[in-house]
Amino acid sequence: MRKICSVIVAIAFAASAGLAQAEGPGDPTAVKKEDDGKWLDKEGTPTYKISADGTVDWFTYSGYRRYHSECHVCHGPDGMGSTYAPALKDSVKSMSYGDFLGVVASGRKNISTAAENVMPAFGDNPNVACYMDDLYVYLRARSNDAVGRVRPPKKEEKTDAYTKAEDSCMGKN
Amino acid sequence: MRKALLATYLGSAAIFAAGSASANDELIKMSQNPKDWVMPAGDYANTRYSKLNQITAANVGKLQVAWTFSTGVLRGHEGGPLIIGNMMYVHTPFPNKVYAIDLSNENKIVWKYEPKQDPNVIPVMCCDTVNRGLAYGDGKIILHQADTNLVALDAKTGQVAWSSTNGNPAKGETGTSAALVVKDKVLVGISGGEFGVQCHVTAYDLKTGKQAWRAFSEGPDDQIKVDPVKTTALGKPVGADSSLKTWQGDQWKIGGGCTWGWMSYDPALNLVYYGSGNPSTWNPKQRPGDNKWSMTIFARDADTGMAKWVYQMTPHDEWDYDGVNEMILSDQQINGQPRKLLTHFDRNGLGYTLDRESGELLVAEKYDPKVNWTSGVDMDKNSPTYGRPKVLDAASTEKGGEDKNTKGICPAALGTKDEQPAAYSPDTQLFYVPTNHVCMDYEPFKVSYTAGQPYVGATLSMYPPQGETHMGNFIAWDGKTGKIVWSNKEQFSVWSGALATAGGVVFYGTLEGYLKAVDAKSGKELYKFKTPSGIIGNVTTYENGGKQYVAVLSGVGGWAGIGLAAGLTDPTAGLGAVGGYAALSNYTALGGTLTVFSLPSN
Repeated sequence: MRKICSVIVAIAFAASAGLAQAEGPGDPTAVKKEDDGKWLDKEGTPTYKISADGTVDWFTYSGYRRYHSECHVCHGPDGMGSTYAPALKDSVKSMSYGDFLGVVASGRKNISTAAENVMPAFGDNPNVACYMDDLYVYLRARSNDAVGRVRPPKKEEKTDAYTKAEDSCMGKN
Repeated sequence: MRKALLATYLGSAAIFAAGSASANDELIKMSQNPKDWVMPAGDYANTRYSKLNQITAANVGKLQVAWTFSTGVLRGHEGGPLIIGNMMYVHTPFPNKVYAIDLSNENKIVWKYEPKQDPNVIPVMCCDTVNRGLAYGDGKIILHQADTNLVALDAKTGQVAWSSTNGNPAKGETGTSAALVVKDKVLVGISGGEFGVQCHVTAYDLKTGKQAWRAFSEGPDDQIKVDPVKTTALGKPVGADSSLKTWQGDQWKIGGGCTWGWMSYDPALNLVYYGSGNPSTWNPKQRPGDNKWSMTIFARDADTGMAKWVYQMTPHDEWDYDGVNEMILSDQQINGQPRKLLTHFDRNGLGYTLDRESGELLVAEKYDPKVNWTSGVDMDKNSPTYGRPKVLDAASTEKGGEDKNTKGICPAALGTKDEQPAAYSPDTQLFYVPTNHVCMDYEPFKVSYTAGQPYVGATLSMYPPQGETHMGNFIAWDGKTGKIVWSNKEQFSVWSGALATAGGVVFYGTLEGYLKAVDAKSGKELYKFKTPSGIIGNVTTYENGGKQYVAVLSGVGGWAGIGLAAGLTDPTAGLGAVGGYAALSNYTALGGTLTVFSLPSN
């Protein structure tokens, strides 16, 4: 577990080091689907896929669930923000995928005379670290209003490849 | 000598307390002086009732702002100030500043204390960096910091007299609650239920800060300070290993049962009363058993910490219905018999009245008619399920199981009432209760434990009850019969502590920022004023220079600020935010201010 996370952190730092300023992920259109059910945009960044009948991909649904367990106690329901922490549906608009992973894994501090915002490092917390792509995909869908302030009513099923990766990340056999 | 100097300085005769050596006698006497507000709830019985009667139902409409004070902190401001003689002590959320203000000298700041705390404690405080206030005893102001340090400050100078560490924030243990001074000890709880903390109440020596006793909410009998024979639950001995038997394996070691609510004390019985919180993870499947003694009312000996009686309200919690809300002590007649009562408005939506000496359960009724997870508590003393709530399958997240979304559960996880304390008036024999009127969908799933990391394991969404748009009520409750006497609708949850007065007026604050005064008998609104920010603080009253004042901290935040800032989830999303789904952020913004009211001079 720890190994996986440090790899993620290393990737994130490498990604953010090359960026002069925060930049959003661009066109969210899904062009490619991986074996675990994850969709990618043309840049290869994880994204959402919502069918005409409202069925969401597994990652969007899973991200919805994980967000409302791990993130909403500070960031408010549906990525909308709170009196305590920023609205992530807006934050991901001006943040690269790499930066997102970096902040979730390592945390961040924004302390001034006016504000004392501190986000913890979740890199060692499998409930978050194993679902970073899920969270990212859900928030990216929220940032483009592709998913509303609702529990996604219909979803694609969890794939075997996803289940296998999840069990391995969560330390189950 | 030091005491005499302090009294001179404070200009208050009450502080002499007849030269008594006991902080307890001193505090009882001071709490009986309605000019002061010397402990978090005003008195040991937690009534939040004042004998002051200058402000009445007839004249409260003329109330106006006398003075204001900015705390310089933006986060959620819970609790309220202490008033001792001509001095007022105001606390803030993290960084937990304390201001000592001279009420007889243009409200000048006499001293200010600001601890240096590691900001890494901020993100392990579930639901904002709130602090519920200060305690006083033996010439010291007691502050329970976010980092769990319990600090005693000289009330005259603000100098640190002693400091003790109550927990470890790296493990998710934090401090949000107010301490209670009882006799020669300071009692304090701990927060961290969503981080798998094994929570406790700890007593420290008031003179030195040395730990006197610690009683956990779950664990072996010696750790929980329960005697298998002498400690009773509903009149029967609890037996050996009463907690351990109700947990699977070592789950109790990360079992929660946190103690961040208010404590009360009966000097005649020498018992302290408080409630314990949720059994950590919100996924009930991961912790089979009743999970004792989470969700429990404790009556403990103030000197030794030994439990006299316990009552678990919500065995095997499936909804995060923490049992931490205040215990209000009153003496009333039930069936013609005078009884020493304890009344408690639980998160689970039931208002309980017990005999506070024996722990006998007398009343358990819903104080919001929408409560639907239970059909009620079994009151038959001969029944094997005596004292247990009957859980309805449709609302059982245990029955639904992991990865199943259980819909339409009332109340939501924030409860029919959270920490915002109710008030009790002996004049009307009614309780005045700030409530939430919110329901939820709840889906538990498997979660893994990492020390110092959130340990939740459920997804939930919240909304007003079907067909309704208001999210709160302010009610009057008869604790003898378990009935609502009157109920006022509020657009948002009422997250402010109430105040009852001998003037026949009851005060409370709203999340939009209104300080409201209502008639104690009828609930009729008599006055309102919009303070600079939403109110999650508790209303206080005091007298200075012959005049009655009403004070309240505003400063929106806390769980209310997180859950409601952006509005609740709208099941008909796309139609726009209206009525009950409106965002609190459309009404108020951050900022800590104390607003003090009085009647005009002429």
